[in-house]
Amino acid sequence: MIRYLATRGLSLALSLLVASLVIFLVLNVVPGDPARYMLGMNARPDTVAALRAELGLDQPAAARYLAWLGGMARGDFGTSYTYRTPVAGMILDRVGVSLPLALYALALSTAIAIPLGLFAAARRGRAADTGVMAATQLGIAVPNFWLAMLLVLVFAVRLRWFAAGGFPGWGAGILAGMKALTLPAIALAAPQAAILARVARAALIETLGEDFIRTARAKGLTGGQALTRHALRNAMIPVLTIIGLQFSFLLAGAIIIENVFFLPGLGRLVFQAISQRDLVVVQSVVMLLVCAVILVTFLVDIAYVLVDPRLRRT
Amino acid sequence: MSRGLVTGGALCALFLGAALLSLVWTPHDVAAIDIAAKLRGPSAAHWLGTDHFGRDLFSMILVGARVSLAVALVAVGIGAGIGVPLGLLAAARRGGVVDELVTRANDLVFAFPSLLIAILITAVFGPSAINAIVAIGIFNIPVFARLTRGAALALWQRDFVLAARVAGKGEVRISVEHILPNLADLLIVQATIQFSLAILAEAALSYVGLGAQPPTPSWGRMLAESQTMIAIAPRLALVPGLAIVLAVLGLNLLGDGLRDLLDPRVRRARA
Repeated sequence: MIRYLATRGLSLALSLLVASLVIFLVLNVVPGDPARYMLGMNARPDTVAALRAELGLDQPAAARYLAWLGGMARGDFGTSYTYRTPVAGMILDRVGVSLPLALYALALSTAIAIPLGLFAAARRGRAADTGVMAATQLGIAVPNFWLAMLLVLVFAVRLRWFAAGGFPGWGAGILAGMKALTLPAIALAAPQAAILARVARAALIETLGEDFIRTARAKGLTGGQALTRHALRNAMIPVLTIIGLQFSFLLAGAIIIENVFFLPGLGRLVFQAISQRDLVVVQSVVMLLVCAVILVTFLVDIAYVLVDPRLRRT
Repeated sequence: MSRGLVTGGALCALFLGAALLSLVWTPHDVAAIDIAAKLRGPSAAHWLGTDHFGRDLFSMILVGARVSLAVALVAVGIGAGIGVPLGLLAAARRGGVVDELVTRANDLVFAFPSLLIAILITAVFGPSAINAIVAIGIFNIPVFARLTRGAALALWQRDFVLAARVAGKGEVRISVEHILPNLADLLIVQATIQFSLAILAEAALSYVGLGAQPPTPSWGRMLAESQTMIAIAPRLALVPGLAIVLAVLGLNLLGDGLRDLLDPRVRRARA
């Protein structure tokens, strides 16, 4: 197990390094000088040069890359070109909205999808199964931001159960914060739940054909008991894979959904930064998100081994 | 022929028809602003009504279909055009340098959701339909490369490949003449699914302003523009959203139907 973790950890570190290099290279071939952009076209050359020196833009690219890496390792993401404040602080504030939103959506999606998959698998081939499958087919086709708009229309504009957008901040209490994130989380979760329910159903049906299920039935378990006690755990590998993949979709999706609900998360930050050409911010946010995706993939690999000890040997 | 395949085919035909029709005819000019006729309901002159600038919604939906279709077609084309040869090459030289590179690069690209690629590209080159295409296309390359490599590896073990080798054919000729035709089914099905994902991605990108730029209508941006008026004119949000759902649903049903039709294993299991 230790050796498995060590090799996995090494490849994780390597992926992060390559990803950071790619992000840095892409953003540093940018046509146009951030210093000149910030100061405007009429700025005097010596003012531009002074700002370039202040931002560290006069250093060679390799030195800037290493400085960026070293800074990130210490939790220093640089200084925003536009706001002149540390990027780390800006990001931290925003992560406090985006991460809970993605986790909330992940929890909702799993809580909806697994029972739905179990339900459909238990009634495979019957009308209830066909109904669930048709509903999930539709769920996959709905763009989450459109669903978000429809939710606003029904639950905020018509019924007035929720606010149409905005975030009171966690200072207003956990419940108030959760309430503000509920509609966005539902919108994010629904299409992912549809995908996950289909995967869970397919995995369960495949497992139900195995010999150990017949054994379980033969020793007197009902179909439902065999399904929840034996089939579910064995069907977890594909389900875990999809849950892991979905986390990155949810984080990326959160960036879009935040725009529907005017939530002050990473998405708002990054789009603002793009329009202001605040590349330090773009670079750091993208790196952070890629980091999250790679880390989750790593955790899913570990989870496989916990669910299925047989995989430890490979 | 399953019901899903027929429904999917019909929806796709509708989508394609709308896109092609917009090339030769739209009821009104999509860019024609007529403030006096703003926010009108459906009528004989405006079948789906007008938006907040008095533009004809039906015309915008038709042109939006064309934009969606074009972006998705080129993006999936880039993905398959680069990914399939890479996958074939990796399988032909299994364990070689190319194989290793392709596998590593695949893992790397999978760490960047298409939206992040789009954000990076937009930060550098500014938002445009072309950049949206490139972002979605890059994201599609590893999907096709991985699928092709996996399936091609299995085919390389088959006797007919051995026969071709004995006949003196090289790796490239075997890949093109024997491996690729046997992968066609699989690739067509995957392309259909990637096509529907590309339409969703294009809608999301243009919704946040990273896709096609005004005055070109796109379904995603129509939704973004309708958002502030959702309380007074929900129709403006419903129509483009439904268009996206129908197009994506059609492609998914077509993809699933084709897979069942082309894969005898599944067909037997269903019968």
